[in-house]
Amino acid sequence: MIEVENIQKSFDGTRVLKGISTTFNTGQTNLIIGQSGSGKTVFLKCLLGLFTPDEGTICYDGKTYSDLTDDEKRNLRQEMGMVFQGSALFDSMTVEGNVRFPLEMFTKQSASEMQDRVDFVLNRVNLVDAHHKFPSEISGGMQKRVAIARAIVMNPKYLFCDEPNSGLDPKTAILIDNLIQEITEEYDITTVINTHDMNSVMEIGQKIIFLKNGVKEWEGSNKEIFKTDNEAVTNFVYSSDLFKKVRQMYIEERN
Amino acid sequence: MNYVASIGSYAIMIKEVFKKPTKWRIMKSLILKEIDELIFGSLGILVFISFFIGGVVAIQTALNITSELIPKNLVGFATRQSIILEFAPTFCSIIMAGKVGSYITSSIGTMRVTEQIDALEVMGVNALNYLVFPKIVALMLYPFIIVVSMFVGILGGWVAATFGGHSTSADFIQGITLDFIPFHVTYAFVKTLVFAFILATIPSFHGFYMKGGALDVGKASTTSFVWTSIVIVILNGILTQLLLG
Ligand SMILES: Nc1ncnc2c1ncn2[C@@H]1O[C@H](COP(=O)(O)OP(=O)(O)OP(=O)(O)O)[C@@H](O)[C@H]1O
Ligand SMILES: [Mg+2]
Repeated sequence: MIEVENIQKSFDGTRVLKGISTTFNTGQTNLIIGQSGSGKTVFLKCLLGLFTPDEGTICYDGKTYSDLTDDEKRNLRQEMGMVFQGSALFDSMTVEGNVRFPLEMFTKQSASEMQDRVDFVLNRVNLVDAHHKFPSEISGGMQKRVAIARAIVMNPKYLFCDEPNSGLDPKTAILIDNLIQEITEEYDITTVINTHDMNSVMEIGQKIIFLKNGVKEWEGSNKEIFKTDNEAVTNFVYSSDLFKKVRQMYIEERN
Repeated sequence: MNYVASIGSYAIMIKEVFKKPTKWRIMKSLILKEIDELIFGSLGILVFISFFIGGVVAIQTALNITSELIPKNLVGFATRQSIILEFAPTFCSIIMAGKVGSYITSSIGTMRVTEQIDALEVMGVNALNYLVFPKIVALMLYPFIIVVSMFVGILGGWVAATFGGHSTSADFIQGITLDFIPFHVTYAFVKTLVFAFILATIPSFHGFYMKGGALDVGKASTTSFVWTSIVIVILNGILTQLLLG
């Protein structure tokens, strides 16, 4: 569980996060949604420790980040996995090399132990025949799978994904979403996902927080989000015409 | 004010590079890769350029000797002095600022804009140590390719002078050995070692701290080349005054 208390962050005097408090549950996919520029990535980078918040505390299963020593912070980092918006695979390494990298860096495993683990996670993300290809030689959807494999290879307790399905076709996007949710439940990970994809919200929105201009405007689940009266949320959720019509029908049916 | 801030962040970067080292087993292969890329990859162009520069220096010197009073061995002597003192160490370093410098800036810059550096940092890797340290170590071999460049440059001078009919082989070789001061080689060696550090770190700085997208990677490479050259030229002046002045 990650507990966030009053996180604030400014860049050059512009306030980007204006005091966000929430909790992210273990074994669940927690979604952060909001318009482009609402501060999702900045918030996620604060959770990862890539940005230091100006104000507020972040607590990982009882450990407050700002109270940790440098060594403890480093150990905590190794319990985190991150899937970046553009996958961020190392282009000088093969698919296998990318996934093996954290193991080589931080474990004392033998070559065969590492190979077993690499094969296992690549199988887990359904990538079986791309081991020796380079990132530039595989499709965007495959790159995302490799990024997920690399993020979970160290058995993380926390998994962060920045728009894991941006740039993918709707079918592949849902496959990736489902994969993340399965892995989250299977290994009891605290997963936080940034998205502005309504399909994801419906599919895997076990807990959703809605950001608007750096403020948490609403939080709830995907069951609740379609019923809420919060105008900012409904404007965002029903920004597409199709959704608006579906909602209209739903309201008419209810009356 | 902006420059002062940049110098400050450059100093902080250098400090970070030497902190929290990467596992030796991984670092070793990174260093070997950089030696291959930065050192062996530059040998060809430096040898090529040195040969011709040496030749041209010899021809120019010969053509400018009009008085009968000037000894014939001056062509060899002047070629040796200009190659060892300036052309090999400084001229080659400017070429390296273009070749190696832009490679370093664009490769690190691309990693920055595609979030690969963030990925390293999230994992708990000291990205500066991982990326910059092997380049510094590899470029510590740079003075050795400068020695090669000196040799080839003088060879080029000899070829141009004798085959171009500007000097006899015996005169040229006598000129090369005339009044040889070993400290001049030490001076060149010290200079190139300093330049090597500049060649590894200034382009890394421009790549590592760049912002923006693919287009900005190109801009960063250009800026990096300009600053690397400027710093090399300034340090050349300072070191020459300190060591020879
Ligand atoms: N490193 C930074 N320096 C300065 N400003 C930044 C930085 N990172 C983000 N910002 C600013 O913070 C605001 C929020 O950006 P953020 O990237 O978090 O948006 P987002 O919700 O992730 O948008 P998107 O959906 O487009 O990814 C933007 O106005 C952006 O300009
Ligand atoms: Mg974003």
